[in-house]
Amino acid sequence: MRITINGKTRTIKTHPMKRLLDVIREDCGLTGTKEGCGEGECGACTVLIDGVPVDSCIVPVAHAEGRKVVTIEGASATKLGRALQDAFVVHGGAQCGICTPGMILAATPLKKGDSLDDIKFALAGNLCRCTGYPAIFRSVKTALKGKRAGRR
Amino acid sequence: MLRASVPGTYGNARVPFVAGAVGSNVRRKDGDAKVTGAAKYIDDLTFPGMIYGATVRSTIPRGRLTGRQISLSPDFIVADYRDIPGPNFVALIDPDQPCLAVDQVRHVAEPILLIGHADKHALIDIDKRITFDYEKQAPNYDPEMPANICFKQISIDKGKLALGFQVADLVIEGEYRTAHQEQLYIETNGVIAVPGDGEMTVYGSLQCPYYVHKALVVLLKLSPDRVRVVQTETGGGFGGKEEYPSMLACHAAILALKANRPVKMIYDRVEDLLATTKRHPSIVRHRTGVTNDGRITAMDVNVVMDGGAYATLSAVVLSRGVIHAAGPYRCDHIRIRGRAMMTNTPPNGAFRGFGAPQTQFAIEAHIDRIAEQLSIDPVRLREINALKPGDTTATGQKLGKDASALPVLRAAVKRSQFNKKRKQLAGTNRGIGLSLFLHGSGFTGGGEIKLASKASLELTARGARILVASTEIGQGTRTMHAQIVADALGVPYDAIDVNEADTRFVPDSGPTVASRTCMIVGKLLERCAREMRTRLGKMTPAQYYKAHGSFTVTQEYEPPPGLLWNDETYAGDAYGSYAWGCNVVELEVDPVTFEVTPINVVAVAEIGKAIHPMMAIGQIEGGTAQGIGYALTEEVVMKDGRMANAQLTNYIIPTPQDAAPMDVELLESPYKHGPFGAKGVGEMPIDGPAPAVINALRHCGFDIRAIPATPEKLMAAAEGRRLKAEG
Amino acid sequence: MPAVVSTLALERPRSLKAALALLASEPALTPIAGCTDVYVGLHFGTMRERRFIDLWNLKELRGISVDRDVLRIGALSTYTEIIASKLVQKRVPMLIAAAREVGGAQIQNRGTLGGNVANASPAGDTLPVLAAANARIVLRSQAGTRTVPFDGFYTGYRASVRRPGELIVAIEIPRIDGRQWWRKVGTRRAQAISKIMMAAVRGPEVRIAIGSVGPTVILAKSAAAVLARGGSIVDAQAALLNEITPIDDVRSTREYRAKVAANLLESFWTAK
Repeated sequence: MRITINGKTRTIKTHPMKRLLDVIREDCGLTGTKEGCGEGECGACTVLIDGVPVDSCIVPVAHAEGRKVVTIEGASATKLGRALQDAFVVHGGAQCGICTPGMILAATPLKKGDSLDDIKFALAGNLCRCTGYPAIFRSVKTALKGKRAGRR
Repeated sequence: MLRASVPGTYGNARVPFVAGAVGSNVRRKDGDAKVTGAAKYIDDLTFPGMIYGATVRSTIPRGRLTGRQISLSPDFIVADYRDIPGPNFVALIDPDQPCLAVDQVRHVAEPILLIGHADKHALIDIDKRITFDYEKQAPNYDPEMPANICFKQISIDKGKLALGFQVADLVIEGEYRTAHQEQLYIETNGVIAVPGDGEMTVYGSLQCPYYVHKALVVLLKLSPDRVRVVQTETGGGFGGKEEYPSMLACHAAILALKANRPVKMIYDRVEDLLATTKRHPSIVRHRTGVTNDGRITAMDVNVVMDGGAYATLSAVVLSRGVIHAAGPYRCDHIRIRGRAMMTNTPPNGAFRGFGAPQTQFAIEAHIDRIAEQLSIDPVRLREINALKPGDTTATGQKLGKDASALPVLRAAVKRSQFNKKRKQLAGTNRGIGLSLFLHGSGFTGGGEIKLASKASLELTARGARILVASTEIGQGTRTMHAQIVADALGVPYDAIDVNEADTRFVPDSGPTVASRTCMIVGKLLERCAREMRTRLGKMTPAQYYKAHGSFTVTQEYEPPPGLLWNDETYAGDAYGSYAWGCNVVELEVDPVTFEVTPINVVAVAEIGKAIHPMMAIGQIEGGTAQGIGYALTEEVVMKDGRMANAQLTNYIIPTPQDAAPMDVELLESPYKHGPFGAKGVGEMPIDGPAPAVINALRHCGFDIRAIPATPEKLMAAAEGRRLKAEG
Repeated sequence: MPAVVSTLALERPRSLKAALALLASEPALTPIAGCTDVYVGLHFGTMRERRFIDLWNLKELRGISVDRDVLRIGALSTYTEIIASKLVQKRVPMLIAAAREVGGAQIQNRGTLGGNVANASPAGDTLPVLAAANARIVLRSQAGTRTVPFDGFYTGYRASVRRPGELIVAIEIPRIDGRQWWRKVGTRRAQAISKIMMAAVRGPEVRIAIGSVGPTVILAKSAAAVLARGGSIVDAQAALLNEITPIDDVRSTREYRAKVAANLLESFWTAK
């Protein structure tokens, strides 16, 4: 099957029910996406499929066929992605870093002007044990300020 | 007050120019790798020829192992205790914990066999193809059963308890209970063992490379220079990767020896929840004498900790627990008795706070009950009794100028508008409660002397390289150490590199625990930098390096002058210094569901010096969130000695939607012997939230003395209150 | 780690017609869509099935529309699509409320309404809503289409009237007359399996449905009847407690669930 990952189209020969997470980490060698629980609970495995955040540990690779997948290694391709990455470093959103790739990708659908409640809603499926979350919210807010206002 | 930004004489070295890293929010050394996915955690690594390992464990809590049936094809490697070259125990404190069970199991999930295979999928459900014959024995889950093994007993005595009670107008008793808590690092435990010719290297997610090193040296019967331990980027530890990785490293090494191939062992979340250490549950009983005007005259405290099946670190958890059991209060007559007991549950171990959250939960919940019985305001009662500079603690330690109980109390009360809200919220479904606490930094008593930690600093072409065994586990070790060295050496922060925590290259700086990484190891690095600066004279590192090449300085721990501790009588200076904290929690109880929503949490922390204010706040916010979880939702449901809710969906930590709004204030009262005045900050924040929550619940009518205070418990308390009212 | 992937088989029909034909010839194929529970089941070993049929790309099962005052939600509508739908927002706000509390964004982006119905968990988040809304399930097989009322769709624990070879293609919700009410009581505010939840409608008819207090979603007909005829809340609560069978489990207790059920009933009936 053909899948575009971080802008590059790859041909992957594997079982259609293989977890997208395993295809990303093993078949594609992109280890930035992490496994924290294997049960769709922690969000550390979050990737984007056509811009939509999903838990790749509970997605069969078959459902990514013909689609555009973005992992943390591809997050710097967008202005908001770069802004989030920098903000997480500068404003304490990243401590141990294991939840960070998933957290950043889960934040990418947000828009300038989104409220704290909107941010919490977007990140509700991403668990962090280090920060207690305030620094993550501050990081996301900072990153969103830089983005031009968009349409929902 | 020390200010690093001013050039001038600095200890014995003159700092020629301003670096200004300490006290500012420099860019984290590890930040960019983490946000781009470049940082390599243990599961991201592979080695040529690597195979995978799995553990087969006991399914009963206690019994004799009388037989086994294994139906596996020859492509599987099976290892048991007979494959261990050296003695069969995981070297830590007491040699009581087998690496692999022989003929006896003492807890569910006790490791018995190790299985290796080239295909990790072949190991799925491997335990279903192996059965054990057991002679079951009656398990014991009650830590207070007298027949149990007692891992450790500690007694602390100050003054004469009887005298204290003689002058009391009122005696108030109380029993308080805390339960297991799971560290829940988002990255599970994992290691890779790589065998060599008479050598073993282990890479892993861990906090203490030299703990693992010691355990491997003993188990494998290799000389220390033939064992190497390398910490990989670690996704959270919180104590859960202090001692447990030694067990896992030993397992992987056994398989690696047998297979003669690198072996990767990564726990999935279920195994990690079932088999690895948790916070010690505790029962703490107080009997306190007070005068009518609120002075504490006598404190009688009894502490029981449930250690689980093997000793691991129970002796030390108990130690810190009992030393903190009297809280931040002055009292001339104190008796504290503590014991750590065995039960047939998986061994408990280190978790942020390490005994202090348990005993400070009790004293702070107890103090509010005393306030209630005396009809004295809870702030006032604390003001009367809080330790001040010059006062002595329960172990007779005289506190220095930097003791800050009252400043943190007053700052928190002001910031939270506690007194106003206490009146405003009375009789509503909202409550406000506070807690005052302290936390000793570094190892207890003579512990730091025994550790004899070392730090090294190597001159490089552009600056210097830090060589310590301290690990970055999210708290900011690399960054904070680089800041200290930069300023003490007088070079820019960017000129300082930090070596991987690799035992081949770094000296033993002791474990990354006990809030010592800044205060103790950071101080060693400060001294290294000053020594290096003296040798450099007026030259920059680049100039010196070009003219003379590199050199390395090493410093070893020296106790501060005058620090005296008696391990027999458990008296004296327990810690070099204490950090001080105060939490105020405002919360709301839903009358329909009894769910508790934290409305606001104020956390004031006095930590000597914030080397990196943002990272210090990060520790406070993170520890506070864990403390709120400890208080309200994090429940380990044990059924027949086994964690029944061992899935991430069923062990409840806060999600972003549950995040408690926090308001943090940092105070600095420098500690003379800390680097730039710094004390420790990592653990203290988790000591305070639980009692502040309980006291807020008391304020809105709930008498709860055990955590977690789940909605089910609140409902039962409300029912009890209703029935009592109806007579 | 999931069940060994090489033991799994996935059929990938290109159209609904092809899917139904496959199901007619092999009725034991397990349909999968968003997979938010399938992969959890495979991971923990509770999912025994090994042969699957993929519905995810079947466009015929998507789409939300209104026809003759009946809202029709395609079985493959995700929670995110439901939340964004102006039609659902207007007509069934209690479904929006329920969808917003499912897992987190990642789960909402993949989980489907049809999947929630087919999975038949006693704790399925949308099921009390569908029961209170008097919904209908549209089933289709190679033999044809039939529509069954949601009330009575389940015959027991994870058992329904769906016949082998049938697929849920849509869920129909007729116009709801009255005020809608919804509350989920979970272990936390997101990513939570419910301890108990209630959906209710107060109008010319009173309908009350509760989840997580029985082997399947319960339509509390007696309790609703008491309230409808002007009975007291206390009597309605007593009736309710006779209709539900809450249990102790790792998340909560029988006692808590029973008490909160009674409290939720009062909350609903006294809501402004």
